[in-house]
Amino acid sequence: MRLTCPLCGPRDRREFYYYGADDYLHRPAPDAPPAAWDDYLHNRDNPAGMLRDLWYHEAGCGQWLAVSRNTVSHDITAVECVAPLRPARKKAVRNED
Amino acid sequence: MPELIAKTPLSGLWPVTHGALSLSEVVYDSILSLAPFAGQEKVLTKALKPLGLAFPAPNTLAVSGVARIVWTGRDQAFLINAPLATPSAAITDQSDGWAGLRLEGPMAAEALMRLVPIDLRSSAFPPGSAARAPLNHMNAVVMRLESGFEVMVFRSMARSAWTEIAETMQRVAARQALR
Repeated sequence: MRLTCPLCGPRDRREFYYYGADDYLHRPAPDAPPAAWDDYLHNRDNPAGMLRDLWYHEAGCGQWLAVSRNTVSHDITAVECVAPLRPARKKAVRNED
Repeated sequence: MPELIAKTPLSGLWPVTHGALSLSEVVYDSILSLAPFAGQEKVLTKALKPLGLAFPAPNTLAVSGVARIVWTGRDQAFLINAPLATPSAAITDQSDGWAGLRLEGPMAAEALMRLVPIDLRSSAFPPGSAARAPLNHMNAVVMRLESGFEVMVFRSMARSAWTEIAETMQRVAARQALR
């Protein structure tokens, strides 16, 4: 199995660490109901078909990657860096010092 | 303060030669990790200009005299053998954290490809290329210069990397000798 890292190019599976479904990218608000937190922490779909999951390019560039993967055909249709998908950090944090 | 004698990561080891392959230690004067702050890329580019360098594109390096800049990750590069002071980037001195190994010879790519699972032939990885890739199980920075390959590993793994590359060189040279 190979993943095409958006930065490093096509790399062998042994360079990557698997983390699980991309639900971890959708953290509920602190005051969200317990059910939302339960879903976020514990409940996962197990689809036969397209799945989006997180991989860490451990032995390469050290980026978290969102990988679109078909669990039936094993096709990998997209690999994206997670960092640019995240909302920009609030400016206030850096002005505190 | 007494003057302490600084030892290089691979001090005590002599260069190894097998067939046309040779392995030796590279000692870098300094290694600075540069991580530009958001929106500060242009300021950093200006600061690098007097060194004759620019922030490298992924998987590349650039050389200017003894100074070198190597891509090492998203928004991260190593500036080697040159000082830099700029408020546009987070700069971390990593000079003592890495060991440098130089592998030279016509079969260098073939030898290194036994340990690093990427295509290092000159068609895919010409001089000026750089990669973050594993050397067996060690995280490494692999660089190709006109003179050959240079591999950086964490200082704590210097001797493991040395031993593994030296053994691989021996095997590649033995196979060549049978031809």
